[in-house]
Amino acid sequence: MSAPLKVRVRAVLKTAGSLQGGFDALEDSSDLHAAGLTSHATVSLMLALEEAFDVEFPDRLLRRKTFSSIDAIADALAEIGVRDVAA
Amino acid sequence: MTDPAAEAYRRFRDELLQHGLLISMGVDGLFGRSGTFERVVDGLNAAIAAVGDVDRPEVMRFPPGIGRLQLEKSGYLRNFPHLAGTVASFSGSDDDHRTLLDSLSKGADWSATQRQTGVALTPAACYGVYPVIASRGRLREEGALVDVYTWCFRHEPSIDPARMQMFRQREHVRIGSEDQIASFRETWMERARSLVDSLGLPLTIEVASDPFFGRAGRLLANSQRERSLKFELLVPIVPEAPRTACVSFNDHRDLFGRAWAIEARGGDTAHTACVGFGVERLTLALFRHHGYVPGDWPVSVRNVLGL
Repeated sequence: MSAPLKVRVRAVLKTAGSLQGGFDALEDSSDLHAAGLTSHATVSLMLALEEAFDVEFPDRLLRRKTFSSIDAIADALAEIGVRDVAA
Repeated sequence: MTDPAAEAYRRFRDELLQHGLLISMGVDGLFGRSGTFERVVDGLNAAIAAVGDVDRPEVMRFPPGIGRLQLEKSGYLRNFPHLAGTVASFSGSDDDHRTLLDSLSKGADWSATQRQTGVALTPAACYGVYPVIASRGRLREEGALVDVYTWCFRHEPSIDPARMQMFRQREHVRIGSEDQIASFRETWMERARSLVDSLGLPLTIEVASDPFFGRAGRLLANSQRERSLKFELLVPIVPEAPRTACVSFNDHRDLFGRAWAIEARGGDTAHTACVGFGVERLTLALFRHHGYVPGDWPVSVRNVLGL
């Protein structure tokens, strides 16, 4: 049984996002770029999400705002068919 | 079906060759330059200096190579693997030499006898500057301002004479606080607009992005545009083709500051920006718009260039 989508996104972000301290204080709606997610870390995060969820983000989603918060990432994944499980 | 842009590029290139302004080297994007061509390039450099010298930039001139580490640390290899070039050289024993001679006599591939030297070709003039500034320790209050001029290499063979594989960039590089960067970029956009306008060239300045590689690159390019980090001054050179970027204005945020651990005065990571003039592209634009004989150009243009 896998964890809810946002929990899984958070787990990927923790390893791939290269965010410094304060990670656990991040809300699902927190601005990740303001929290220190650099452009290169955004690329690493995108690739890690694709691997973790076995998806490929289409061109229209290859934008900064797709990766601007845990909520935004979960919305994007849902949009390309990743199903959430009941929390 | 022929591509009208490709035909127009070829026509323009052939005219430049016929007028002896460029000299064919048998490789797309590699050209010799005539004395006339170089006098225009020198005139452009003098005109850029006339605008920029008032700020008393530190002048640095580098060879067209950087250390491989610089290529890696700057992120260039990660972001532009398709454009980067590295230098390889023969390294081996007499036996390996025999293998090389054997391959040469058969016209076979000899590249396996080559090894990386630790030297990479400079992809952009400013890349030599950041490690030098970093090595001097924390910035003073006024930050740093460097005038740099270097031959660059990008692996993009093309019949468009304005897309050379080896070309020169004249850059001013600013390293300092966010405010210093913002004011530098604003100042140079105005200076470049006024300079290119005084050359009688039609121009626009637009938001742009770098040619990052692959899908990751699309994300980086979109992000760069959304944040307006890069602007280009575009001049139409070949009417059938997209306009050509002749000057670029780049805000790197703290990318190079972090890569090289450059500290601003307060201890924060320094921000950097550069303005880069593509001197060959501007020269080609001048020939395109005013004709192939500089003596026939408008007096006002010749005055700006000292011709």
